[in-house]
Amino acid sequence: MSSFPDLLLDPLFRVPLFVGLIAAAILPLLGCYLRLRREWLAALGLAHIAAACHLFGMALHLPLLLSGAGGALIAVGIKQLLKREGNGGYALMMLGGWAALYLIAANTTLGEALSHALSDGQLYFANTEQLLALGIGGGIALALMPWWNRRLLRACFFPAHEAANQLPAWRWHLSFDLAVALLLALATGAIGLMGAFALVFLPPWLAFRVAPNWRGGLLIAMLTGMAGYALAFVLALQFDQPFGPVLVAVLLAVSALGFLRRHP
Amino acid sequence: MLLKISDLVTGYAAPVIGPVSFTLDAGQALGIVGANGCGKSTLLKSVYGQARIFSGSIERSRGITLASQQQHPVRLSDTPVSVLDYLRLLDADKQELPDRLAALIHKRIDTLSGGQYQLLAVWACLASSARVVLLDEPTNNLDPEGVALLAGWLRERRHDRGLLLISHDTDFMAAVCDAGINVTAQHHSDLRKNGDTT
Repeated sequence: MSSFPDLLLDPLFRVPLFVGLIAAAILPLLGCYLRLRREWLAALGLAHIAAACHLFGMALHLPLLLSGAGGALIAVGIKQLLKREGNGGYALMMLGGWAALYLIAANTTLGEALSHALSDGQLYFANTEQLLALGIGGGIALALMPWWNRRLLRACFFPAHEAANQLPAWRWHLSFDLAVALLLALATGAIGLMGAFALVFLPPWLAFRVAPNWRGGLLIAMLTGMAGYALAFVLALQFDQPFGPVLVAVLLAVSALGFLRRHP
Repeated sequence: MLLKISDLVTGYAAPVIGPVSFTLDAGQALGIVGANGCGKSTLLKSVYGQARIFSGSIERSRGITLASQQQHPVRLSDTPVSVLDYLRLLDADKQELPDRLAALIHKRIDTLSGGQYQLLAVWACLASSARVVLLDEPTNNLDPEGVALLAGWLRERRHDRGLLLISHDTDFMAAVCDAGINVTAQHHSDLRKNGDTT
């Protein structure tokens, strides 16, 4: 049986390791803002729609970043249309995306393999194109985060501020939505739909319960995502298990710590 | 002149209140009073762009910013935002933070009492760089000590800004406002159908 460091540093799995690590660092951060906006269910809807469009783009042999960006645009457009419906609208997105996902998978040359990849996650087959796409997307999101931070928080606590001061609020709200959809679509291809959603939902859930302040919340969410990911990566390899479900189980176990402590 | 309202008729699907006219200058605290449901909050909402303007106009000095404390300041449960984080959102001055808030600076806002949160919401607006501050029922949830503290802040922090206030607390309004406008007679007859309650 290989040791934890050996498995983590195995050159054979270096690209998959970094693909997932980028997703595990960025998605929990985005998840904190989604949770703040009470839009975590929207993330699941966005993930389904964006992943379906992304898959369609892959079937057409489009570059990953292009199909991901196209999927993100379509997903955000649908979210805007259904926004007034609230959670009901996000559930419609989820169901529509889910149906489209599996129908596209069943009726293209990509077929079964991709539908498995989307549900279980096929991290160990991740390639350099995925690494590049997630690296660029994640890098842009990280660069924009300081700009988003105060604006998104202020929009939640002082909802009249933007209109009162005639600020171009659409810039930060739309760019954030697009980044979420793009990164969810790209991450879904590697770690599976529920794995990606778990990274958006569970680390922020823990962080919101235990963090003393906003910055601490972001840090706890990111570290929880990355630590949970590293553990899941090794466990799935060691015990030959599908990665997505192992990741979700590990994140659930780690996040359960939140029940032990609430509000410092 | 910081803000000039001229013959303003405002509401939502239909007019709720108007015509109303007044001017707000730097250093002035103007109180808007009136019966429940006459549209005072709607009038304030029209200033910050959340109510429809049917006729009349709202003019603002160029380049000024506006801060508003809403009747029920948004309070999110289970959210790790500290008092310091909250003040940063409006670039509120932290040097002159009153003792009552300074003692809470590292606490999460979801652990504050209703009165503490109300004082924080008002202070965040008053200590920001906004030249016009709109306060809708700022004495909500405050004990007499809190009301006295708030009245002191409003007197001290108005020299370069205009304050527009709504409150049902007549003693408080008399203590802090330079002038008042009673808008009861300006409310429209179909008020109750529109669902505005303040």
